[in-house]
Amino acid sequence: MMIATRKFGVGILFAVLAGFLAFDLQASAPLNPFQAPPIFALGSGQASSGAHCAAGIGGN
Amino acid sequence: MAISAGATPSPEMPSSKLTRAALIGAALVLVLMVAMFAGARFGLLLLIGLGFGITLEGLRFGFAGPWRAMILRREPAGLLAQLLAIALVALVAFPLLSSNGAELTGAHAPVGFAMVGGAFVFGVAMQIVLGCGSGTLVNAGSGNAVSLVALPFFAIGSFLGASHLGFWTDLGTLPVVAFAGSTGLMLTLSALAAVAVIAIVIGKPGTRMLPRRLWIAAALIAALALANLVVAGQPWGVVYGLGLWVAKGASALGADLGASAFWGSPTHAERLAQSILTDVTSLTNLGIIGGAFAVAVWKGGLAQRLPKLPPRAWIATIIAGLALGYSSRLAFGCNVGAFFSGISTGSLHGWAWFGAAFLGSMIGVRLRPRLGLEG
Repeated sequence: MMIATRKFGVGILFAVLAGFLAFDLQASAPLNPFQAPPIFALGSGQASSGAHCAAGIGGN
Repeated sequence: MAISAGATPSPEMPSSKLTRAALIGAALVLVLMVAMFAGARFGLLLLIGLGFGITLEGLRFGFAGPWRAMILRREPAGLLAQLLAIALVALVAFPLLSSNGAELTGAHAPVGFAMVGGAFVFGVAMQIVLGCGSGTLVNAGSGNAVSLVALPFFAIGSFLGASHLGFWTDLGTLPVVAFAGSTGLMLTLSALAAVAVIAIVIGKPGTRMLPRRLWIAAALIAALALANLVVAGQPWGVVYGLGLWVAKGASALGADLGASAFWGSPTHAERLAQSILTDVTSLTNLGIIGGAFAVAVWKGGLAQRLPKLPPRAWIATIIAGLALGYSSRLAFGCNVGAFFSGISTGSLHGWAWFGAAFLGSMIGVRLRPRLGLEG
């Protein structure tokens, strides 16, 4: 009889995450590293464009 | 006894050198692949997330656990470590935000009825499952069964909370209040010091000093949070990414999110259209899970058996997971996005969150054993 350990639970988690990532890459706009923002936002001269937990309905 | 919101101790058999080398190699390969295929910034954010996960799990720096220790046993060390980390971030973040307002944004959000109520519910729920926003990710990554069950419901709750956000904020919301500049920094540091003094005075003698690991953890967490701000242009957060993952799934299943006031707005619609490998909080969330997993493997902690809990404990875990996600969207963040990042970037809502969530935690610690979650 198999004894359920943490390894088993983590295995399921990573399987789900891997499946979700595969779906996401297929369903989302293609990745394009040549159009990626500069490595550091600080000093980039660009406005912050991500979304955060503190974001309201409009995204900021 | 160390204060921890992470996994329970296990009969550990440290992993072999080969396993450890493979862990480091796999982490670096993943970071490089994201950098190559998505962009250097996104690879770096995954690396920062891994750092968060390794630090939180490896040095047992938590949020829910230390609050529990303060409430039940009057042990303030973990709470003091949180305040120290927040203060260290504020010392650098305030000047950065003042001088680079176009490139960097703080975790600024309004105080309101739903915001305060959401933080209160989050405090209750995080003590029931003994895992906050970051804690649930860390615990799930290290194989904690309660967090593994809570996590998907946390994500569903975050999606639903965001979808209903307009209704809740319409109940009454004040304008955003954000402290800034030297005066704002002094106010923030003074308030953090005042809370620390209260915690020390209330604290049980002999438990008031921070152990070495918490000094190190606080410094590392602060450094990583600042790196998050400098690289992403926004502070460390958790909840948004979880809700986004479910929103993507709902959209794929045919839900019309374009009609949602929240998910249909340009910023969020853009996030929905792009891969999670270009989303800040998604990347750091994945990194936290991966970092906690690496530490668990490193220490040989994955051999521990899953707990046998009564059905009511699992039902409570599911409900608490949903509540964690839903309430943290109403509260404009969890212990990370609102409490840690809100206060350290000057937002008044971070302080309101702290007070309300701590009150909720005082109830949550008493509910947890009644719900069968303490064996």
